[in-house]
Amino acid sequence: MATETAAPMTEPAETAEAIVRAVRAVCDPEIPVLTIEDLGILRSVEVEAAAEADETGEAEGPGEGEATGEGKATGETAGLRAHVVITPTYSGCPAMETIRADVQRAARAAGAAEVDVELVFSPAWTTDWMSDEGKAKLSEYGIAPPAGRAAGPIGLSMAVKCPLCHSLNTTGLSRFGSTACKALYRCSDCLEPFDYFKVH
Amino acid sequence: MSTETNPTPETAAAQAAGHAPQAYETVEPTPPVQPAARGMPTVGDELEVDPLLPGAGVPLTATITSVPSEDVAGYALMLGDDALITAQRLGELVAKGPELEEDIALTNIALDQLGAARMFLQYAGRGLDTTEDELAYFRDEAEFRSCALVEQPNGDFGQTIAKVLLTSLYQQLLYRGLLDSSDEFLAAVAAKSIKEVDYHVEHASMWTVRLGDGTEESHRRMQAGLEMMWPYVDELFDDSPCTDLIDSGVAVSAAGLREEFDARLVEILETATLSLPEIPAARGQGRFGLHSPHLGYILAEMQVLARQHPGATW
Repeated sequence: MATETAAPMTEPAETAEAIVRAVRAVCDPEIPVLTIEDLGILRSVEVEAAAEADETGEAEGPGEGEATGEGKATGETAGLRAHVVITPTYSGCPAMETIRADVQRAARAAGAAEVDVELVFSPAWTTDWMSDEGKAKLSEYGIAPPAGRAAGPIGLSMAVKCPLCHSLNTTGLSRFGSTACKALYRCSDCLEPFDYFKVH
Repeated sequence: MSTETNPTPETAAAQAAGHAPQAYETVEPTPPVQPAARGMPTVGDELEVDPLLPGAGVPLTATITSVPSEDVAGYALMLGDDALITAQRLGELVAKGPELEEDIALTNIALDQLGAARMFLQYAGRGLDTTEDELAYFRDEAEFRSCALVEQPNGDFGQTIAKVLLTSLYQQLLYRGLLDSSDEFLAAVAAKSIKEVDYHVEHASMWTVRLGDGTEESHRRMQAGLEMMWPYVDELFDDSPCTDLIDSGVAVSAAGLREEFDARLVEILETATLSLPEIPAARGQGRFGLHSPHLGYILAEMQVLARQHPGATW
C-alpha cells in the first residue's frame, strides 16, 4: 500500500524538478555557451499541477487523493504546468521570441503539459545579474565579459581584458557591436579584434 | 612513428576529451552551475525562486497586463511614435552607413528605439483595445503623434548626427523624469530604456565633438546639420498635449526640461567649437496629428507590406 501511494507522487515531483532544470539550462541563441540563468534573463520558474485544483502533494493523503494519484500513474505527467518569467536584456533584443520558444520546447520535452512564459520589464535587466560562471564562460568563448558594475555613470574608458591574450592594453573601436549587447574592441598587443559584452 | 596514427593511450584519451563536443542538450540537460539550495519539490508546491538566482527577492512589477486609461494610452502612443519613427528613419541607413562600424552603431540605436516603441505601443494597445501591430501598421498620418524632429530626413552624416543628438538628449531627460511617473508601467519602460538612451547620447555627442572640432568641411556640415534640425526643437518642450497627465503625475513636464537640455547641449557644442543656432521655431503640431510631408512617405514604406497582406505572419 505504502509503495503504491509513493510511486505516483514521486514521478510528478521528479518531473517537476526536471522541468525546472531544463528551463534553467536553456541556452542563449546568440551566445550558446551561456544559459538564460547565467545571463540573468530567467527570473523564475514555477511548476504546479494543472487542472486538479486540490493536489496536496502529500504522500500519505486520504483515499480519494490516492485514487486520483494512481489514476494518473500511467507514466503520464499530464498535470504539470510550468510558469516561467523572463526579462529582456535590451529593449529591442530580437532573441527574446527565440528564447521564449526554446523555453516552451524545453519544458515540454521535460514533461510539462502546459507552459506559460511571461515577459516582465521591471526591474530592468542589468549585467550585474550575470553569474561569475557566466562571465568565465564568456571569456573562454572569446567575448570579453562586462568589466565592472552597472551602477554609476557610463565611463568612456573601461579596462577591458582581451579574451585571447588577457592583455589590458585594448582599444574600443565602437560602442555598438554585432548585437545590441556587445561593443567592438581591438587588442593592441595581439592585434585581434573581439566583442565586449557591455556593462548595462 | 607518428603519434597521429599510433597514439598512446594517454594521448587518445586526451584527444577524445578535447574533441568531446559541448552538446546543446534538450533531453538530458546539464545541471545548473549554481548550487540548488532547496530540496526536492513536491507536486502542488509552488517552487520558491532559488535564492541564488540573480535578481531574486526583487519584486516583479509592471508586467504587460496593466491596462492604462485612454489618456495614458494616448501619452504612451506619443512616446512610442517618437521612438517608432526614429527607428524607421535610422533603419533607412541599414547597409548605407558611411563605414561599417557606424552602420552598425546607427542601426543598433534604431533597434533600441524600436524596442522602446514596442513597449509603449503594446501598453497603449491595451488601453485602446488593439495591438502594437495594428497601431504601427494601420494608423494613418493624422493618427500619429510623433514630433517633426524625428521625421526629418537623414541627409548627410552631419544632419543624421544632429538629429540623433537632439532626439536622444531630449529622450534622456524625458525618460529620467518618467522614472518618477505615477504610472508604474511607464516608469518601468523608462528605467529599461534610459540605459540604452545614455549610450545614444554618448555616441551622438562624441561624433558631434569629432565633427565640429574636425576639418573645415566636417565643421561646416555639422553646423549645417544642427541648423537644419533646430526649428523642430521647440515642439519637443511643448506641454500642451498632456497638461492633465502632467498634473496627475503620469507625464513629465517637457517644458521643465528645457533649461537642462540647453545647458547640456551648450556644453557639448562648446567642446565641439560649434555655435547654438539662432533659427526661429517651426510651427509644430505633430502631437495633434498634423505632420510634415515626410511622414506620409515614412509610413508608406513602413506599412506597405502589412497593408498589402493584412493578417500575414512569418
